[in-house]
Amino acid sequence: MAKLLDKQRYKCALGAMQSVQAITRALPILHSGPGCAQKLSESIGSSGYFSPNIFPCTSINEKDVVFGGVKKLNSTIENALKVVDADLYVVLTGCIPEIVGDDSGEVVSRFEDSDKPVIYAPTAGFKGNNYKGHEQVVDAIVEQYLKKSEKKQKGLVNIWADVPYQDLFWLGNLRELEKLVSELGLIPNTIFGYNRGIENINKIPEAEFNLLVSPWVGLNNMKKMERKLGIPYLHYKTLPIGATETGKFLREVGKFAGVDEQKVENVIKEHEDYYYYLIERYADLFLENRVINKQFTLVADAQYALGITKFLANDLGLVPAKQFVVDDTPKNRREEITAEFKNLNFGLEAEVSFETDGYKIHEEIKNHDYHGYPLILGGYYEKELTESLKGNFLNISYPVQDKVVLDDSYVGYTGGIRLIEDIYTVAVQRFN
Amino acid sequence: MAINTSNSNVATRENRIGSITGYVGTLKDLASKSECGTLKGCARCFSQSSTCLSMCGLSQLAGIRDVAIIHHGPAGCSVTSAGSYYMSRVMAKKRGVTSSTVYVGTDMNENDTIFGSTATLREVILEVNKRYSPKAIFVSSSCATGIIGEDIDSIVDDVREEVGVPIVAVHCEGFKSRIWATGFDISDHAVLQGIVQPPREGVKTNKINFKNFFESARPEIIEMFKQFDLDPVFLYCNSTVEELSHLSESIATTCICGTLGNYLGNALEEQYGVPYVRSINQCGIVGFETWLREIGKVTGRSEKIEKYIEEQRAIYIPQIEEIKKELKGLTAVLGMGPGYTFEVSRVLDELGIKVVWALAWHYDKKYEDGNVPPSMKYLLDNDIDFEASVADQQNYEVMNILNKYKPDMYLSRHPGSTVWAIKNGTPAIYVADEYMIFGYKHTLEFAKTIVDAIKNRSFEENLAKRSKLPYTDWWYKQNVDTFLEEVK
Repeated sequence: MAKLLDKQRYKCALGAMQSVQAITRALPILHSGPGCAQKLSESIGSSGYFSPNIFPCTSINEKDVVFGGVKKLNSTIENALKVVDADLYVVLTGCIPEIVGDDSGEVVSRFEDSDKPVIYAPTAGFKGNNYKGHEQVVDAIVEQYLKKSEKKQKGLVNIWADVPYQDLFWLGNLRELEKLVSELGLIPNTIFGYNRGIENINKIPEAEFNLLVSPWVGLNNMKKMERKLGIPYLHYKTLPIGATETGKFLREVGKFAGVDEQKVENVIKEHEDYYYYLIERYADLFLENRVINKQFTLVADAQYALGITKFLANDLGLVPAKQFVVDDTPKNRREEITAEFKNLNFGLEAEVSFETDGYKIHEEIKNHDYHGYPLILGGYYEKELTESLKGNFLNISYPVQDKVVLDDSYVGYTGGIRLIEDIYTVAVQRFN
Repeated sequence: MAINTSNSNVATRENRIGSITGYVGTLKDLASKSECGTLKGCARCFSQSSTCLSMCGLSQLAGIRDVAIIHHGPAGCSVTSAGSYYMSRVMAKKRGVTSSTVYVGTDMNENDTIFGSTATLREVILEVNKRYSPKAIFVSSSCATGIIGEDIDSIVDDVREEVGVPIVAVHCEGFKSRIWATGFDISDHAVLQGIVQPPREGVKTNKINFKNFFESARPEIIEMFKQFDLDPVFLYCNSTVEELSHLSESIATTCICGTLGNYLGNALEEQYGVPYVRSINQCGIVGFETWLREIGKVTGRSEKIEKYIEEQRAIYIPQIEEIKKELKGLTAVLGMGPGYTFEVSRVLDELGIKVVWALAWHYDKKYEDGNVPPSMKYLLDNDIDFEASVADQQNYEVMNILNKYKPDMYLSRHPGSTVWAIKNGTPAIYVADEYMIFGYKHTLEFAKTIVDAIKNRSFEENLAKRSKLPYTDWWYKQNVDTFLEEVK
């Protein structure tokens, strides 16, 4: 059902073109209106090897709406293969071809024997948002490109996290997750970002297991890979930020992979020693400033809402006010995510609301008693609101206008330190 | 042609003024074919992404202060709302005013494409009106709602009385025109239809409507116009609904870009007798002077304007002549909307830079008044010719040309375009701000910017050396018109 989308924080399924773009040398081919790609992109690291104005597009016009755009799709794919040098071509369909009934899958199948793989993901805008679109793209790779492998590589683990570009920190986060996992003696495999690509996609079937670090995005992909490729998965819901959560993460991954417990503890100890060396030196700043109050609110997708809530509560000892998950989380996933919000130190429980209507979120924030300056971590929409409440604001989730991120990360031990730096960089700009 | 504001639909540029998006040849050929009416645009059997007209149309409307935009469609269509929110806040702040403009979507899903969702749309309109009390409401369609036949006009008519403020249906199906500038016309049409009122009796004013994008030169234009006893009303960024309602009372309309201002200017002239200043635009020396003189003629202020021109020439012309020495003999390729390509070409010629190829993203054969765009007429009258194409923002065509001609610079006005020239090793100048070449002062600055850009090519060289271009060798060996097909 249509609804009032006030202060929008996600795109449509076709936004998954950014997931394709995040795979080095993978090219989205859009069967859509001429301007969808430009609309669904922004200047946040999008001028790489390919950029949205490189994406071939059928640029559907009025005639195609009436007579169908199949012929145009065929010529666009055919010529894209000639003009643009890519390793993988991913055809993404927008609203129009799906409403008028173009058989895009059939057109794509005509290119089965081309030198480079051409696959297809149905991503009409009305089929869901870009979190769902991201899953569609991974699904397309699994279904149409990958084959089950009898050969397994010892210790190889595929790591999956949240949605590239939608998550400003996607690149740094993935690299940090890889680093943590490799410290356990495992071999991480990811498909997004620098120096990853088709070869990493080819390695997916050889992994011993899939590690999904996300509250819900990608779970369907894990199930599909389990069925089709016989790869078991570990679903770790909380993005680990800071010492407490990263320790838990390493222990659970270590246990699942059968890593020696002492080895895991050694890794944790080494990180914690340095982490607490930093924390100890800055503890006076945390304790003796006049602006960071105990109570905080997150307005973010499930990943950051949950991850940062756990970090601020379990690492820094702050107290969650109400938290808002804004990614239109599927209804059947909400219960278990809510349970995670209630699993905090000292029996603390964070109240969480799955809400896409920004007006309602703002009303609730305005009406909450933060007994002091509120600390709000959210989208750019919360900036003006937080200013009106004399609070402290950090722009961590879509839309982001306050921060430029090239490869920074909010994951692991270093990610926790980065987040502290960012929060207190806001705090020190005022006295009281 | 007659502009019909009783209907919420605007005919596309293709149908209304014969605009085209595909052509390769020379400027003279393009112009003479337009004049005798034989110009036929081509279509492409391969294209890369460009721009959606809804982005142009609705972003214009969202620049107006304290209004509501309701974009009825899937979430991807209304994603412009995030950028519009940012723009309305930072632009208002810069001007020292506030704006509570909201842009919302309806997050249409699969069920809605089958069963329709006009009932929800109705509720959304009423709720937005209740929450924000906007001064006007614009309700837009999208590709999806357009195809399934959601009747937004009826819904708008139905709630008009209840909302109590101007409410307009805006038809923004992205597929209906290859030319995103149709979106500018759509926004003008909506303003004319819903907000502009007939002139009040007895109101005398020295206001002049000034259609622009982001008003960066607003303070200096106000200062300049004061000397002519003219008071500019800048549109639509930071406009108020009240201001817009009185556009019909102004003594003239002018614009920074013919593509942007043509529809509104002609409509105000046709419907309310507000003269539209038809001239080449304010870029460069000749452009600025021609434009000022035309304003002088239209508003009866020629004497004051001649005095101003004389004073300013004395300050700037010697400086511009000096910098021209450093530019002599340089070559350029440029790719912009037609409202700028043929104006900037003229300025480059004026500065002694040789245009080797000019790409216009689209081309309007004729404006609403039935005449060839003034920028084009000027080039023809002055016997300026170069290779030209109408390229619909097709980056592969730009790269093919840059690779063949290896110019000293590439000038572009659209996001995402300059980086590709740089990766090709060509210095790029991003002419984003519409006032970048405005008048004597900015023409001088523009010339200096070019000198700077040519002088230090470190960034271009560093990146070009280390990045691989995405196009195949095959493509670089093809003619630029390889994928153009005659329209049947």
